[in-house]
Amino acid sequence: MTDAHDDTSGAPREYIAAIDQGTTSSRCIVFDRDGRVVSVEQKEHEQIFPKPGWVEHDATEIWTNVQEVVAGALAKARISKEQVKAIGITNQRETTLLWDRATGEPVHNAIVWQDTRTDALCRELGRNVGQDRFRRDTGLPLASYFAGPKIRWLLDNVEGLRERAERGEIMFGTMDSWVIWNLTGGTEGGVHVTDVTNASRTLLMSLRTLQWDEKICNSIGVPTALLPEIRSSAEVFGTARGGALDGVPVASALGDQQAALFGQTCFSVGEGKSTYGTGTFLLMNTGPKAINSYAGLVTTVGYRIGDQDPVYALEGSIAVTGALVQWMRDQMGLINSAAEIETLALSVDDNGGAYFVPAFSGLFAPYWRSDARGVISGLTRYVTKAHLARAVLEATAWQTREIVDAMKKDSGMELTTLKVDGGMTSNNLLMQNISDFLDVPVVRPMVSETTCLGAAYAAGLAVGFWNDVEDLRANWRRAAEWTPQMDAAERDREYQFWLKAVKRTMGWLDEES
Amino acid sequence: MARTIQSLERAAAVLRLLAGGERRLGLSDIASAIGLAKATTHGLLRTLQQEGFVEQDPSSGRYQLGAELLRLGNSYLDVHELRARALVWTDDLARSSGESAYVGVLHQQGVLIVHHVFRPDDSRQVLEVGAMQPLHSTALGKVLAAYDPVAHNEVMESDFAAITELTVTDPAEFERGLERVRARGWASDVGETWDGVASIAAPILDRRRMPVGAVGITGAEERMRSDGALSPRLIAAVRDCARSVSRDLGAGRF
Repeated sequence: MTDAHDDTSGAPREYIAAIDQGTTSSRCIVFDRDGRVVSVEQKEHEQIFPKPGWVEHDATEIWTNVQEVVAGALAKARISKEQVKAIGITNQRETTLLWDRATGEPVHNAIVWQDTRTDALCRELGRNVGQDRFRRDTGLPLASYFAGPKIRWLLDNVEGLRERAERGEIMFGTMDSWVIWNLTGGTEGGVHVTDVTNASRTLLMSLRTLQWDEKICNSIGVPTALLPEIRSSAEVFGTARGGALDGVPVASALGDQQAALFGQTCFSVGEGKSTYGTGTFLLMNTGPKAINSYAGLVTTVGYRIGDQDPVYALEGSIAVTGALVQWMRDQMGLINSAAEIETLALSVDDNGGAYFVPAFSGLFAPYWRSDARGVISGLTRYVTKAHLARAVLEATAWQTREIVDAMKKDSGMELTTLKVDGGMTSNNLLMQNISDFLDVPVVRPMVSETTCLGAAYAAGLAVGFWNDVEDLRANWRRAAEWTPQMDAAERDREYQFWLKAVKRTMGWLDEES
Repeated sequence: MARTIQSLERAAAVLRLLAGGERRLGLSDIASAIGLAKATTHGLLRTLQQEGFVEQDPSSGRYQLGAELLRLGNSYLDVHELRARALVWTDDLARSSGESAYVGVLHQQGVLIVHHVFRPDDSRQVLEVGAMQPLHSTALGKVLAAYDPVAHNEVMESDFAAITELTVTDPAEFERGLERVRARGWASDVGETWDGVASIAAPILDRRRMPVGAVGITGAEERMRSDGALSPRLIAAVRDCARSVSRDLGAGRF
C-alpha cells in the first residue's frame, strides 16, 4: 500500500476516513486527497438467524467493531487523528434499530434488510390498494425490506415498547443514525440524525418534501417522536467525542448503493452505476426530479449535498447474479472457484442455444412475479457444462439489460455509459457480455472501493477538503473499458430467446393462498 | 533396473494403503499392514504429513490422505483466479506508477495477457486482455523464461526474431540476460519490442514458490527512465505489486 509519509511538501498530509457499516462486516478506509486508499481495516459481525427468514444483528457488537476498525485503520496508515479532516459514513440500508435514549442500550437486535418477518404485515398495510399504496409519496413498494414496517413490528412485539416510544424514551435509526449518535457522544449529547438517502428507504419519508410524512407514519403505526432529524448527505452533523477520532467532524452519511453512485462520480443526469456482487444494484442519476416508476423500479434519493437541491435516482436490483456462479460452484460442483466460470465459459464460442433464468425466489425488477421459478431452456444433446457456464454469465448481462430498458422507459433517458464495480468486475467475459447486450461502453474505475470512497467524498466536500464535484470527477480514473462488439441483429435475436426463457419461468407456483 | 530408493517405495506403500479400504488408519494398523516397525512407520508418516500428503485426525490420531495430493493432480492456477487476485494490486500499481499494468502467463510460445489496467490519464486506451506478446523481447516474457523452465524451453527453441533494432537475437546473450533477471528479481525491455517504449516486470509465485505469471508496467521510455537508467521507484513499485499478489496466492515472504 501507499506510504503515508512520502510527502514532499513538509506539511503533514491530510486524509478522510470512511466507515462502511455493511451487512456482513464493518470497515474503515482512509483515503488521501487523490482518492487513493491509504489503509483498510475490517471486522465481521455475527449473523443471527432466530427463525427461518429472520436475520438480526447485535448493534452493540457492531458499534464495538466500528470503534475497532477506525482505530485499526488509523494505526495501519500511521497517521494521527489531527490529520483526519472528516469522517464519512455509509451503511447497509434499511436495517432497523430501536434504542433507549437514556441508556443507549438497544431494545432488541437490529432487524436486517433481508429479514422477511414483515411480509404479512406489509400485505395487511397494503389494504385494498396493494403494495403500491405508498409508492407515489415514498417511491417504494410496500415490501419487507424497508424500515417502516420493521419499526412497527418491534413496537408490536417488544413488551411495553410502544408506550415507551410514545413517551419519547426510544430512538429509531438505520445503522447510519446508530453510528453517528454513538460517535458524537451517545447518551452524552449524541446527535440523532439520518440522511435523505437512508430516510428514503424507510417508507416513511415524502420524496417531495424530504420530511417524515405524518400521514404515512400514522398509517404504518410509527410515532414520529422516535424518528431522527432528516439531514442532507454531506454536512457536518457534529464532532466525534472520545475514541480514536475525538474532535473530528462527522460529515456525511449515505446508504451503501447511493454511496457507490457518489463514489463513481455519477453526478450528471443519465449517469449510472452497477455494483456486481451476490446480487446486483443498478442506480441511475435522474437529477432534481423524482421519477415515478411504472416499470417496477424504485424511486430513491441519490444524494443531497448540504442545502443544494436533492438529486434523485431510479434503482433496479437483481436478486441473483454472483449467487448463480456460487450455485454452479457449490450446488452443481461444475467449477472449483468463482473465477473458473470464465475459464469454463471460454472453452466454447457461444451458449449452444441454452438460456438460464435464475428466478430462484421469483422474478424481481421489472417483472415482480413471486410465482416464477428458475429455468434452463433450449437444452439439446449438444449442450455441455461449458455452454451452461456461458448461459450463467449471460443471465447477469441480460438481467442488467432489462433493468436498463426499464429505466429508459420510466425516465426517457438513455444510459450512455455504465460504470461498474464489485467483485464480478474481474470477470472479463461478463463485462464484455454486458457491453454487448447493452450496446454501450462499460467502464471500471481504478478504485474498486467505490462505496467507502463515496462516503469519503461527501464528507470531504462538507468540510471543504475538496471544493466541488468537479474536483472529485478529476480523481476518477478509468482502469478498463469494454466496448460493444456484437452485431445488432444477433443481439436482438439473442434477446428474444432470453425473453422467451423468462416467460417460461412464470406461473410455476400456483397462486399464493 | 536401476537402483531404487527404499524409503520412497515404503512411502508409496503407505499412500496406497490409505487410498484403499478403510481410508483412516492408526499407526499400528499401518505398521503391521506394510510389515515395518512402528518407529520407522511413524517417521514415514511424519514426513508425508509435513509435505501435506497425509493428515492426522486430531481427535482419533488416525491417518488419512492429505489435501496436497488432490492439488498435485489439479495443480495449475486458473488464469481467471490469478486476475481476480491481482486486481486490487495492479490497480494500485497503475495508480502509483502512472503507467499501464499487465499480468501475463505462458501460453504456447508466447505471453498471454490475462489482465490489463489502463494508464491513469484520460487518454483513449484499448483493453489488451487476450493479446499475445513475444517471450524473448518483453519484460513479462523474460521473467517467465527466467523462472519457469517450460517457458525457458519454449524461448530457447524459438527463432529470436529481430522485432526492433534493439531486440536481442543471440540465444547466448539472451541466456546471460536471464541470469541477470534471476539475480535482480526483475526484468526490463527498453525498446526491444516497441520503439521508444520500456517495460519492467517481476514474477508472481504461488504457495509452492512456483512461477505462475508475471506482472509489469509499460510506458514511454522518457517517463520510465530517470538519469539514464530505469527509475528505481518504478522498479520498486512493480516488485512490491508482484510480492503482494504472490502473498495473496499463499507464497511466503521473499
